[in-house]
Amino acid sequence: MKVTIRYFASIREAMGTGSESLNTASTSLAQLRDELIARPGAGSEFLARGRAVRMALNQVMSDESAALTEDCEVAFFPPVTGG
Amino acid sequence: MAHPRVSIQTQDFDLSDEVARLRASDKRVGAVCSFVGTVRDRNGGADPSVQSMELEHYPGMTEKSIEAMIDEAHKRFDIFGARVVHRVGLLQPLDQIVLLAVTSAHRGESFKACEFLMDYLKTQAPFWKKEQTPDGAHWVDARVSDDAALARWGIDGVSSSNAG
Repeated sequence: MKVTIRYFASIREAMGTGSESLNTASTSLAQLRDELIARPGAGSEFLARGRAVRMALNQVMSDESAALTEDCEVAFFPPVTGG
Repeated sequence: MAHPRVSIQTQDFDLSDEVARLRASDKRVGAVCSFVGTVRDRNGGADPSVQSMELEHYPGMTEKSIEAMIDEAHKRFDIFGARVVHRVGLLQPLDQIVLLAVTSAHRGESFKACEFLMDYLKTQAPFWKKEQTPDGAHWVDARVSDDAALARWGIDGVSSSNAG
């Protein structure tokens, strides 16, 4: 299925982009994260297990078990530091 | 209410104007509690090392998440209205960053709701600070104490389960 992935802050800088479209066979956030970690190229180590990575699905903070849907928007970012 | 509850903006804000609008012609209001966060010139130590700060956010999710936390505050506390203004972009020490204001009949509910909203915003709203220092620019680390502050409201931030 087709998903849009957004990156923010230090993860955006590491990935070298703020957004990308991806055709994926992954069905959950966890699988998508694994797919991105395994992909050769810039920044994937920033998504590695053990790193503090937060995820959102369709702009709602979600945990890794969340299921992907066609044309969903996924985001990866570090812990938030506003206020 | 015609006036928005949440604004994400680069420009500065005025506490008096915001409070005046929030309680305008609402004769039930007997208490207004507000909080303003400002840019420090230091982070942790006594050394004034922060020269400026860049605030990034997730347009769309930011507004949505703060709207959701205001809805939650209305469920938990007996309040009449709430207003959140958060600045983004380049800020300097002494600049205002965030404004939060809550109205209620009596002070207790406003105090509690104001603190609840701020604890929630600190750990759940998608903002990130990057500090410019003499040693270069670096992203600010999240504080464990912020997660603890939210936990005392009985909320285990979704975020904390995502670590690792």
